[in-house]
Amino acid sequence: MRNLRLGKYVLPLFSVIAIVYLMIPIAYTFVFSFNDSQKTNLIWRGFTLDNWINVCQQQGVCEAFGNSVLIGVISTVLATTLGTMIAIALVRYRFKARSFVSLLIFLPMATPEVVLGAGLASQFFSIGAAKGIATIIIAHVMFCMSFVVVTVKARVASLDPALEEAGRDLYGSPAQVFWKITFPLLMPGILSAALLSFALSFDDFIITNFNSGPAMTFPKYVYTAAARGIPAEANVIGSGVFLLAIAIVVTVQIRGSLKARRLAKQK
Amino acid sequence: MARLAQEFIARGADLELVGIRKEFPGFTAIENLDLHIPAGEFFALLGPSGCGKTTTLRLVAGLDEPTKGKILIGGKDVTATKPHQRQVNTVFQSYALFPHMSVLENVAFGLKQRKIEDPMTKAVAALELVELGHLAQRRPQQLSGGQQQRVALARALVNRPSLLLLDEPLGALDLKLRRQMQIELKAIQMEVGLTFLHVTHDQEEAMDMADTVAVMNKGRIEQMGAPEKLYDRPHTVFVSKFLGQSNLFVGEVAESNASSISINVAGNKITVPTDRAEKHTGTIAVGVRPEKANFHETEPTAQAGLNLIGPGEIIDIRFTGVSNQYLIEIPGVGNVTVFAQNVGKSPVTELGANVWVSWKVEHSFGLSDLPENSATESISVI
Repeated sequence: MRNLRLGKYVLPLFSVIAIVYLMIPIAYTFVFSFNDSQKTNLIWRGFTLDNWINVCQQQGVCEAFGNSVLIGVISTVLATTLGTMIAIALVRYRFKARSFVSLLIFLPMATPEVVLGAGLASQFFSIGAAKGIATIIIAHVMFCMSFVVVTVKARVASLDPALEEAGRDLYGSPAQVFWKITFPLLMPGILSAALLSFALSFDDFIITNFNSGPAMTFPKYVYTAAARGIPAEANVIGSGVFLLAIAIVVTVQIRGSLKARRLAKQK
Repeated sequence: MARLAQEFIARGADLELVGIRKEFPGFTAIENLDLHIPAGEFFALLGPSGCGKTTTLRLVAGLDEPTKGKILIGGKDVTATKPHQRQVNTVFQSYALFPHMSVLENVAFGLKQRKIEDPMTKAVAALELVELGHLAQRRPQQLSGGQQQRVALARALVNRPSLLLLDEPLGALDLKLRRQMQIELKAIQMEVGLTFLHVTHDQEEAMDMADTVAVMNKGRIEQMGAPEKLYDRPHTVFVSKFLGQSNLFVGEVAESNASSISINVAGNKITVPTDRAEKHTGTIAVGVRPEKANFHETEPTAQAGLNLIGPGEIIDIRFTGVSNQYLIEIPGVGNVTVFAQNVGKSPVTELGANVWVSWKVEHSFGLSDLPENSATESISVI
């Protein structure tokens, strides 16, 4: 009885506190994107839509945002492609250094970002590569790839090899079997790996900061701006990204439940 | 159904395996396999798990390559060709239906790959053949096990292969559904006249459906023939045990003439017709099926043409429905199993009764090998 009462009141209260605690920074960012700020955006000075309407007016915000999207998209495409290939190879083929490669793939995930960033920076320096968007992309592909391999590998492992054999048996050439059977069945795994990749790349500050040179990314911009007060436009972009992410999640959920309901009805 | 089946009558081709050997790292799955399956036959490859039967099937499908030997389909050497270049289709054990396609798309897949005209119409006809036309738009996951099995069959049959391979296709179904599918599968095979190569570990299924059964063990074919013949006259201990049950008696050949051979087992004379024995000298194993043997509560008079051993004690009676299974311990001979039908009262005799066991000489069979750890003692094998 005692436990029951505890569950009835304490647990919901605890949950509410936890959620509020988690939401405060997000809510702050969102609310202050509407602040009629001047030099700093720390004190509420009144509601305005100007920041949202003229988001690109503040020097450098949109350029940094654009760079981050560009780097994110290119890194994601490269990391997802390479990572998927590695994942399939690691699950499906037996080769000499297989377990060694499996271990190596984990390393970038386990290494502290500071170490990874500094290490890469010194390598770029020693080969004389000029730092910029290209070096950021190389760095991002490197650490995103590990996450892609881990995500896609689980999907490949759960794929019944008999399905591909059935494809070959039904007159599919190796390439046709890959594109018509393997790829569509791995798609959910590849898609979530790509989303994760993009999120990691878009968000990354430490490694980027070491390897970017003069190139500006959104996290770097916010970090630099924080010294003299983050402009409200940064809040606008942050809130925008957050809302977009929520919208994607909600859409996927709704589609999923609609599909499940449709399947249930057919049955 | 008959009219539809007409559309699928294909040129069933014969299959020939010549000196096939398949090694995997660490073990040899198939030692030396020679096999000929005539066109249009329902052929069953029967054996315990790990005997190499599924490997054989995969070699024929082209999913694995033999280490040595040749594979000929319809007289053409296909050893070096890839699976998609062979006129062979497989019904996989797990069915392997593509989960991201509808039932209809699954069935049409092979036709589309080969750019056959009008794949959808043909796929619909194939689904009608297995009586699943009404489920064409469903996803495979929404079907029951039996329905999935039939979709897998339709997906293979629609391509009009020369040879259809079935890898334990009924293994995942429950007993009742399995019996029903056995009948349907056999009916479809007779109707379309295709060559079927059916791999199974279920001896009843193999005997029930196949024209010819090959019993496989440890990468070799132990014996091959019509189910009735295999059952009536197994050549090896393995076949006598794997296909039904057998009582085996081991003894030295004591008498031998043109028509019969007798062995001596602890003073009991057991006779087998010469032409039903694989080995005619030395120590041999002679067997009889439990349902061919009878027991008697009083000692019958010895007569020519009848093997008589005993007396022994009934030490176990098992009720199996239509019959009872009696285990009789005969001193010096070992345990003998006898089936007696429960036509009158059941059990026919009580536990502990003293009985004699007899069977007709013509029902004995002589084997080419001896049961393991038999030495000189005779044993019974259940």
